Amino acid sequence: MTLHFRSIEEVGTERIHRLLDLTEHMAAVGRRPNPKVPALRGKTVCNLFFEDSTRTRMSFDLAAKRLSADTMTLAVSSSSVNKGESLRDTVETLDAMGVDAFVVRHRTSGVPWQVASWTPAAVVNAGDGWHAHPTQALLDAYTIRHRRGLTNDFSGIRVAIVGDIRHSRVARSTTEILQLLGAEVIHVAPRTLLPPTSDVATTTHLDDVISEVDVLYMLRMQRERMGAGIVPDGGEYSRRFALDERRAAALRSDALLMHPGPMNRGVEMMVDPTELQQSTILDQVTNGIAARMAVLFDLLGSGGIEE
Amino acid sequence: MTHRKQVLGPEDVRRAVTRMAHEIIERNRGVDDVVLLGMQRGGVWLAQLLGSEIARIASAVPIGTIDVSLHRDDIGMRPVTPGTSSDVPTEIQESTVVLVDDVLYTGRTVRAALDAVSDFGRPRAIQLAVLIDRGHRELPIRPDFIGKNLPTSSEEEVEVTPDGVTIIEGVDKP
Repeated sequence: MTLHFRSIEEVGTERIHRLLDLTEHMAAVGRRPNPKVPALRGKTVCNLFFEDSTRTRMSFDLAAKRLSADTMTLAVSSSSVNKGESLRDTVETLDAMGVDAFVVRHRTSGVPWQVASWTPAAVVNAGDGWHAHPTQALLDAYTIRHRRGLTNDFSGIRVAIVGDIRHSRVARSTTEILQLLGAEVIHVAPRTLLPPTSDVATTTHLDDVISEVDVLYMLRMQRERMGAGIVPDGGEYSRRFALDERRAAALRSDALLMHPGPMNRGVEMMVDPTELQQSTILDQVTNGIAARMAVLFDLLGSGGIEE
Repeated sequence: MTHRKQVLGPEDVRRAVTRMAHEIIERNRGVDDVVLLGMQRGGVWLAQLLGSEIARIASAVPIGTIDVSLHRDDIGMRPVTPGTSSDVPTEIQESTVVLVDDVLYTGRTVRAALDAVSDFGRPRAIQLAVLIDRGHRELPIRPDFIGKNLPTSSEEEVEVTPDGVTIIEGVDKP
């Protein structure tokens, strides 16, 4: 059976633990004078990006290259998708060229599962709709583990995720992985941006939790949502939920400030996070390569055999 | 049914390591440029032991570790979970690297280690020290320093610890 990496829930605790250990290993490879290893020589990884993305696409591309895999990238604007070729035809055509793994991003939830039904290759979810973004979750968990010197037991770690929880695949996947590792997650958002039902603790007051948390995870607030009647105008959102000077000062000195990028300066981020010692935003970018190397190696390097 | 037969005791291991330390010093006319790299995982304790013997006889040398899991040629054929890392403590560009492992068998791990070492630089020379050479080579690789030649059958397994060397017969191969 082909292994995939499509959601945290599907992957499960045991494999997540293994992937976090593997990420640690890949991060050490990345610090060497020559960060490239021959592990996936002869394998082909195809990036299928049907939605704009710079950092995730580049990160997957570099991760595959660091493992010596060959990479192909299909971004929507340059493809026959614009000529009306269906998603299925595109996948089957690329599959016929010989692809070992597809990395898929699509604005519709569930597309990675569809793709997997059309190809025997492994499928990695690089973000599907509002549903899941599991490699972001893996790199987030690794970043916390590494910065706090943890093992795979996160109990006692309190994480506040702030912003548009309802429409965020990052919030969903990162919440899942952190809960699975034993961390305590609280969602912070206006009521209109919280999911209708959820078993996660919530609050609408960032100031109530900011000084207590081990991790402050700021989500990107999409400008399109503002003015759509869901959120009060930008200024009001920022007053209540953005990280400003006063809130930055309230953060514990050993807390982590995280953001999946790209940041909206002046919306959720009113301070320059590079000036805060708590910021791990650039570490997240670096760790993203190691996490994606771990995922690709897990899928293509272990013979598809479950241990 | 497994059957265990101890072929070297702790004293034998210590004596073999001492002799290998002397040989490394002699071959390299001192140890000025020598770096020991223990191969993960079985070679790590041996490199430490060899290092302390060399320090006792001559002078201290840098000791590191090398992990070969991502350089292996059987990736994709079996489950792999690299859990160890390489730690090369010094510039190896102009040095003589002595790779250290507990058992030399097919030679495939050593081949992978040669690749892994070259990612850290281009040493003047690479030598190989093993406590046990059990034969069955599948690649043209030979050790420079050997603790003991131990002809075995491929059905047997060899277990090496500082407390001795044991041949285990009747092991079920996965």
